[in-house]
Amino acid sequence: MPFNILVLSCLAYVIFLFAVAWAAERRADRGQLGWLQSPLIYTLSLSIYCTAWTFYGAVGYAARSGLEFLTIYLGPTLVFVGWWWVLRKLVRIGRQQRVTSIADLISSRFGKSNLLGVIVTVIAVVAATPYIALQLQSVTLSFSVFASPTDDGFAPPGTEATAVWVAAGLALFTILFGTRNLDAKEQHHGIVTAIAVEAVVKLVALIAVGVFVVWFMADGPADMIARIDASDIADWNLQPGRWAGLLFAAGAAVICLPRMFQVMVVENADERHLATASWAFPLYLFAMSMFIVPIAVMGLERLPSSANPDMFVLTLPLSEGQGALAMLAFLGGFSSATSMVIVESIALATMVSNHIVMPVWLRLRPAKAVSGDVRRLVLLSRRISIGVVLGLGYAYYRMSGGSAALAAIGLIAFVGVAQFLPAMIFGIFWRGATRIGAALGMSVGFVVWAYTLFLPSFGPDAVIPAMVFVEGPFGIDWLRPRALFGVSTMDPLLHALFWSMTLNTAAFLAGSLFTFPGPVERMQGAAFVRVFDTASGSPRGWERGVAEPEDLLVMSQRIMGDDDALIFFEAEAKGQGKAGYLPDPTSDFMARLERRLAGSVGAATAHAMMSQLAGRATVTVEDLMAVASESAQIMEYSARLESQQEEVTRTARALREANEKLMQLSIQKDAFLSQISHELRTPMTSIRAFSEILTEGDLPPEQVANYGRIIHDEAKRLTRLLDDLLDLSVLENGTVQLNLGLANLSQMIDRALASASHTKPERSFVIFRDLPMENIFIRTDADRLVQVFINLISNARKYCDATAPELRISVRQRGGRVTVDFADNGSGIPKESQALIFEKFARLTDQTRAGGAGLGLAICREVMANLGGTITYLPGQGGAAFRVAVPLRLERKVD
Amino acid sequence: MTARVLLIEDEPNITEAIRFILSRDGCEVTTLADGVGAVAAVRAVMPDLVILDLMLPGVSGLEILAELRADPATQGLPVMMLTAKGQGRDREAAERAGANHFMTKPFSNDDMRAAVRALISG
Repeated sequence: MPFNILVLSCLAYVIFLFAVAWAAERRADRGQLGWLQSPLIYTLSLSIYCTAWTFYGAVGYAARSGLEFLTIYLGPTLVFVGWWWVLRKLVRIGRQQRVTSIADLISSRFGKSNLLGVIVTVIAVVAATPYIALQLQSVTLSFSVFASPTDDGFAPPGTEATAVWVAAGLALFTILFGTRNLDAKEQHHGIVTAIAVEAVVKLVALIAVGVFVVWFMADGPADMIARIDASDIADWNLQPGRWAGLLFAAGAAVICLPRMFQVMVVENADERHLATASWAFPLYLFAMSMFIVPIAVMGLERLPSSANPDMFVLTLPLSEGQGALAMLAFLGGFSSATSMVIVESIALATMVSNHIVMPVWLRLRPAKAVSGDVRRLVLLSRRISIGVVLGLGYAYYRMSGGSAALAAIGLIAFVGVAQFLPAMIFGIFWRGATRIGAALGMSVGFVVWAYTLFLPSFGPDAVIPAMVFVEGPFGIDWLRPRALFGVSTMDPLLHALFWSMTLNTAAFLAGSLFTFPGPVERMQGAAFVRVFDTASGSPRGWERGVAEPEDLLVMSQRIMGDDDALIFFEAEAKGQGKAGYLPDPTSDFMARLERRLAGSVGAATAHAMMSQLAGRATVTVEDLMAVASESAQIMEYSARLESQQEEVTRTARALREANEKLMQLSIQKDAFLSQISHELRTPMTSIRAFSEILTEGDLPPEQVANYGRIIHDEAKRLTRLLDDLLDLSVLENGTVQLNLGLANLSQMIDRALASASHTKPERSFVIFRDLPMENIFIRTDADRLVQVFINLISNARKYCDATAPELRISVRQRGGRVTVDFADNGSGIPKESQALIFEKFARLTDQTRAGGAGLGLAICREVMANLGGTITYLPGQGGAAFRVAVPLRLERKVD
Repeated sequence: MTARVLLIEDEPNITEAIRFILSRDGCEVTTLADGVGAVAAVRAVMPDLVILDLMLPGVSGLEILAELRADPATQGLPVMMLTAKGQGRDREAAERAGANHFMTKPFSNDDMRAAVRALISG
C-alpha cells in the first residue's frame, strides 16, 4: 500500500478524533454533559490500559511465552472485580479532596507534602518515558511494516522522521484538548470522549482480525482449537511465582499508572460509574484478549520465522492480501498508541507542572510578579510539560534504538509505578502511615527498581558496567543487580519486583512506625482513611434499638429544653403510631434526632452524644477535636452576641442621653432666644416711643433733653447687650483667643477696682485688701481675668444692700492654684437662687438694675473655664461672696 | 371725662414713655413697677383700663390677669397686655387668660393711643 495513502488515512483519522473531541468540548461547554458522563464512556476510557503494547505486543508475548500474556489482563480484572471497594475509596477521596493526579493524592494524604509530590512525579516520569517511547516505536514499526518496500521499488522514509511526526502530532492534540482550560478538577471531556471512540476502534479492529483468522484462515473455532493444541503456545507452562508476580504487577499498574489514575479517579464524574466499570471493564479486557492466541498461533504457523511476532496483527491480514482489514488493524494500533500517549502526557504534565514547575517558579519569581494571572502561567507550564514529556519519550526511543521487545518495556513500567502502591494503599487504610514512611518507601523502591530492572534494561555496559552484573559494585557480591542479597534463582523481572516491593514496604512501615505524623498529616490521614464515615452531609446510620428512648429524651431535654424535646418526641412517637412520648429508637428517628440536636450543639457534638447513648464507645479523637472546635465556635459566637447586645444597650442608653440632652438644649435654646428677644425689645421700645414723642415736637426743652438722654442710655444698653452676647458666644464655643502672659495679681485688682468705680459712683465702698498676698505673678490672660474681677466688683456695687457697704478681697495660694475671694457685707443671695446665678439672664431682681441683661456671671463662668479655673459662690460668708480660682501657670490648651 | 389708666410695667423708661403719651391724650395714668401688689392696686383704683406687662418681677402678668378675671369686681375690666417677647404663643396665652388687647413691644405711639381709646370707649 502506498505510504502516502497510509499517511492520509492516519491524517483523516486524526482529524476525525479532533472533531469528536471538539464536539464533546462544545457540548460540555454548553453544559449538555448528558452521555458524555455516562458509565459507558467511563468504562471505555478505562481502556487506555490497553496500549499499543497490548494491541500488538500481547500477540508477540503469546507467541514467545505462551499463555503468560493473560496475566496482563487478569491482573486488572481481579482488581476491578475483587478490589472494586478499594477503587471506590480512591474515587471518593479523589472527588472529595479534588485530587488532580496520583502525585497530588499521595502528597495530599501525607500532609500536602510537596517532597512526596516531587518523588511521585519523578518516578512516574522515569517509568512512563520508556512506555511512551514504546508507543512511538509501535506506531513507527507498524508504519514500516505496512509500507515495506514493494515491488515498484518504494522505500519508506526513515522511521525517525515518522516518530518525530507522530510525537509532534500527539503533542499538538494533547495541548489543544488537554490544556484548553484550567478546572478545579482536571476533567477533559473532549479527550475522554475521543479515547472512548478509540477504545471502540481498537476493540473492533482486534476482533475483526481475530474473526478473520478463526473463520477465514482457519475453518472455524473447532479447527482453530485443534491448531492451538498443536502449537507450543498451548503448553501449559505455568510458573506459579512468575504468574503471581505478573498478576500483582498488572493489578498494581491498573491503579498506579498515572494515566489510569487520571481516567479512573480524576476524570470520574460519578462514583456509580465505577460499579458499571467493575464488570464492564473486565468484559472489555476479555474481548480484547479473546483472539490473541488464535492470531499468535496462526502467525507462527503461516508467517516466516523471521517475522516479528509483535506485528502479527498487521502482517497476517497483509500476507493474506486483506489491505482493508490490515488498515483497520493499523488504525486500531494507532488508536491504542495515541490514546495512551495523550492521557499519559496530560497526567504527567499536570504532575510536573503542579509539583515541580509551579513550586520552583513560586520560589524563584520576582516578588512583584505575584499579581499576574497565574492561570496563564499554569497553562503555559502544562503545555511546555507536555512537550517535554513527549520529547523525553522520543529521546528514549532514539537512544534505545527501538529494538527491545514491546512487552519487556511495558512490564518494566508496571513494576516502576507499582512503587506507589504501598504509600497509596496504606495511606488510605492506615492512619499511622506517615510522610517520612511514604518518602522512604517510594525512594527505596524506586532505587531498587532502577538498579535491578530499569538501568539493566539498557543492556550491559550501557549504564551499569557489565562487571557489576557479574561481581557486584566494588566487588560486593550481594549487591549484584540481578541477584540482590544473593538471591539469584528468580528471573530478573520477578527479582526486581520482589526486592523493590519488599524493601519499599519495609521502609515504608519502618518509617511510619518510627516517625509521628504532623497535625496536617493527621487531619488528612483521618479524612482519607475515614472518607466514607465523614462524608459531608451524609448522615451516619444508627442501628435500631441500641439506645434507650428514655435516655435520649432526657438528653434531648437538656439540650433542646423540656417542652421542645417533649413536642419533638411526641410527634415522632405519633409518627410511629405510638401514644406517649417514647418513640422506638429506629435509625430514622435517631438520624432525625441527631440532626435536630446538631442544630443546637453542632454536628460533631450531637454525634458524639448520640454515640455515647447508643453504646458506641468509639468517640474518637477526631470527634473530640470536632466537638472542641464546635464549642469554641459556639462560645465565640455567643460571646460575640453578648458583646453586641451590650453594645446595643450601651448605644441605646447613649442615644437616649444624647436625645434628652438635645431636648434640653432645644428648650434652653428656645428660652434663650425668647430672653434675647425680650432683652432687645425692651430698650428698643423706649427708644422708639421717645423718638416718636420727640418727633411729634411741642415739648419743653428740659423734657427734650431728658428724653434724649433716655434714648442714648437705652441705645448704649442695647450695644452692651449685643457685646455681651457675642462675648458669651465666643467663650462658649471655645474659639476665644487667649492672650497669655505674666501679670501681677495686685495690679489686676487695681485695674478692676478702677473700672468698676464707674458703676454707681455715688456709692462709697470700703475695700479691704491683703496687698502682700496679692503680690503674685500669674501666667494667664490678664484682660479676661480683670473682666471677671470688674464684673464681681460691679455686682457688689449694684446689689450690696448694706448701708455702709464693704468689699473684702482676699487672696490665697495653694499649690499651683490661686484663689481670689470677693465678699461684701450685704444680705447675700438667697439659698434657692444660688444655683441659678451663673445661668444666662438670671437676673434676680430688677429693682436696682444698672443696665445689665443678666449675662455678667454667665460670662464670668465661661471666662474662668477658658482660663482653666473656676468661679463659685461661697455661701455663709455673711454677704454675697464669690471665689475665683485660677492656675498659677496656665499653659496653652492642647486640643 | 378723663379715663383712668393703671400701668403695671417694670421698665422705668417704658413706663415714662406710656405715661407721657397717654397723659397727653387726656388720660390719668397711675403706674406700678411691681407685680406683687398689682391686684390690690387694681381693686383700690378700679381704673378704666389696665395696661399689664407680661413679664414682671415677682409675679407673671398672666397670673395677675387670671386673678382679675376670677374676681367679680374686676371681671369686666378692660386689660391690655404688653409683651417684649412677641411670640405667638404668648399672645394666645394672654387671650385665653382674658386679655382684651395684646400689644407687642416695641409699638408705635399711634397704635398705643388708638388701642387705649378703643378699649376705653369700648
